[in-house]
Amino acid sequence: MELIPALSYLAFFLVFAGIFAVMALGLNLQWGFTGLFNVGVAGFVAVGAYASALLTGPPEPDRLGGFGLPVLVGWIGAMVASGIAAFIVGVAALRLREDYLAITTFGIAVVIQLVALNAQAITGGPFGIQSIPKPFADALGAGLAWNLTYLGLVVLVLGVAWWALDRLVASPWGRVLRAIREDELAAASLGKRAAAFRLQSFVLGCMLMGLGGALYAHFVGYIAPEDFLPVLTFQVWAMLIVGGSGRNAGAVLGAVLVWAIWSVSGGLIRGLLPAAEQARGAALQVVLIGVLIAAILVLRPRGVLGERATVSRHAAGD
Amino acid sequence: MAEGGGAGPILVAEGLAKAFGGPRVVDGVSFALQRGAITGLIGPNGAGKTTLFNLVAASLRPDAGALHLDGAPIHGLRPDQVFGLGLGRTFQIPRPFPAMTVLENVMLAPQHQQGERFWANWIRPGAVAAEEKRNRARAMHWLDFVGLARLAQEPARVLSGGQRKLLELARVLVAEPRLILLDEPGAGVAPPLLEIIMQKIVALNQAGTSFLIVEHNMDLIAALCRPVMVMAQGRLLMQGTPDEVRGDTRVIEAYLGIEAA
Repeated sequence: MELIPALSYLAFFLVFAGIFAVMALGLNLQWGFTGLFNVGVAGFVAVGAYASALLTGPPEPDRLGGFGLPVLVGWIGAMVASGIAAFIVGVAALRLREDYLAITTFGIAVVIQLVALNAQAITGGPFGIQSIPKPFADALGAGLAWNLTYLGLVVLVLGVAWWALDRLVASPWGRVLRAIREDELAAASLGKRAAAFRLQSFVLGCMLMGLGGALYAHFVGYIAPEDFLPVLTFQVWAMLIVGGSGRNAGAVLGAVLVWAIWSVSGGLIRGLLPAAEQARGAALQVVLIGVLIAAILVLRPRGVLGERATVSRHAAGD
Repeated sequence: MAEGGGAGPILVAEGLAKAFGGPRVVDGVSFALQRGAITGLIGPNGAGKTTLFNLVAASLRPDAGALHLDGAPIHGLRPDQVFGLGLGRTFQIPRPFPAMTVLENVMLAPQHQQGERFWANWIRPGAVAAEEKRNRARAMHWLDFVGLARLAQEPARVLSGGQRKLLELARVLVAEPRLILLDEPGAGVAPPLLEIIMQKIVALNQAGTSFLIVEHNMDLIAALCRPVMVMAQGRLLMQGTPDEVRGDTRVIEAYLGIEAA
């Protein structure tokens, strides 16, 4: 029994699931608690990934940065950058109704990806950014110990994000969000400025997506524009729908489940199909996840965990 | 007390006008609501009452005219802003937040909650908890006032039509507005509950709250409202006591659709 490689793969798998969970938590704040239909997840993930890579990477003569700052600064910078991007997008787009917001955010994500592909002086263009620092890799090497350490970091970040969101959704702030989602006109008649609360929720959710992007960049060590295609948005949405939107536990469980199915099916396709059919076979993964979403929507429309009625913590029954 | 909190009118409307791409639905309406009064607004269907109501509540922006609440201009403000200034409203068809509990519906309404700033929930949880405790007590007080206290932990969707009107009233009251606009408080309410609603309005008015009530039920108008304003075809026809209004030939003509001689 080859224990070390199996453990190493498990850690690798869980790191990815944890990173996706951070993104799914951000999307859950936007969709599950606010009703914002953000189909531009990949764009905000990309902003965070590039921001952290530029801030922390070694200097490159041919492009902006890197600035060689500590990884923690990169992560905070990633949240700030995607937060600013979300603020700009939100001010312009949040006045739109759900379906238009979806089209707009989708378009913005595509634009961000194209900018990453073409703005060579900033993003390295199609070659992306290499040698993004891996925290503690100098001391731990690249083996199991480092994978486990990074897993610990991801779990820590995920835990903090969970705690922060848990404080919010059961708070007076979360109560206003629920009221706006249920009846915006009535909420406005009670003095709540819907636009401001929606913008806050959108920005906070996108900051988590950007943080997820930074976690990804520092785990893999290089990023390129094709890491941030719309399929990433699709994956995160699938995670939220399968796990159950409106619950943080649903977002995290969905991330683990969908990423497991994605990884296993990818492995099967690589193992079973001849080399010539691999590229076409990869599309089967998307089909599989699509079938899974359809099945969940039929069998458990509110996701595996289902939505639980949220009551703000100080208004709950005794 | 706010400036002008003395004897002057609580709300002054001057030359309010509103059209929806056609003739003016509200056509140059001016009036003053007396402080401490329950003013009624009646008129035949299509007279422009609801539009006027929505102009005063800031749900619609006037094409022309001015609105002052206690001397401060409020025309052009958003609904959330005028609520913050002390002007509360209810809806003709009540709009509770159905998935939220009755208590939460009311706890939402107090203004300037620091817990509504998201960061306060991270860095000052103790202050938020203390504030929530106070707001919960205030909410329970007003739920008790309208007789819904025992339903506090139920989702608002279980309430009957009349109970929903009472919930809306409690929700507005917890923010302690100076002026409350009621859009057909009697519509679709069973008589025993209507009696309760009317008692509550009288009690609140005696405690100093001013009201503007749009209503079709003349019994309710006659029992509560002094004075009554009558609207027809986008204009104010007259103003007087319920008896004066009922005896006025212009009002009868407006309701019966007879051309004035």
